[in-house]
Amino acid sequence: MSKYLLIESRDPFEYAEVPYYYDLAASLSRKGHAVTLFLVQNGVLPVRPGPRSDVVSAVARAGVEVLADDFSLRERGIGADRLATGVKPAPLDRVLDLLGEGCKALWH
Amino acid sequence: MADKRTLTFVLMDPPFENARTTTALRLIDLAVKRGWNVNVFAYEGAVYVAFAKQTPHENKVHGHDLAAEDHPNTKEWVAAILAQAERTGAKVDWVQCGLCVDERGAGECIPGLRRGSPADLVAFTEASDNVLVIATK
Repeated sequence: MSKYLLIESRDPFEYAEVPYYYDLAASLSRKGHAVTLFLVQNGVLPVRPGPRSDVVSAVARAGVEVLADDFSLRERGIGADRLATGVKPAPLDRVLDLLGEGCKALWH
Repeated sequence: MADKRTLTFVLMDPPFENARTTTALRLIDLAVKRGWNVNVFAYEGAVYVAFAKQTPHENKVHGHDLAAEDHPNTKEWVAAILAQAERTGAKVDWVQCGLCVDERGAGECIPGLRRGSPADLVAFTEASDNVLVIATK
């Protein structure tokens, strides 16, 4: 089993390939890998309750740890009490923790 | 420090265009605050992140003078990271891709950085605990 860190910086409303990145995270998890999907910048926008938030929650239900950068949330006025099911706010320090642990890291 | 790590960040974006630059510098700053060693390979437009001739500007449309506008320049953020590294004992090895620098006439960078080549990126990768490539596209 490997540990993966997938960082998503893009908004799925703007970039059509973002859902494929979510699929990659969920697929890796279903294959037994430990996966963290870290949302940052406009990547946090779908965690607001809305038409894309169910997709993000589905990734979490697949066993992926889904985190949203707390700074990016504050920049966009998204309260921590308004996040989609399965998404947790986290500091960017969490990315460093995972890099330090040797996770296989991808940025999109 | 027993848990000291060495990370490599590969930057491609020019400054003032995308939040990726800000996020990359946030990550580097956090690593340096931990006392971790950081390698940076800046290529393509990212060689301008530490360009020495960046100048703050006023904003007449908003009625702001220089002080009120307080325009952030990325070279100042890089300099702050280098200063932070001296305090925490972190080693920052920031390489500016020479080919990219020459193409852009971006040879004047702030002190503390060095000119290099993709061979440095290979060496960084081999010597690091992890590598994060923050690509433009």
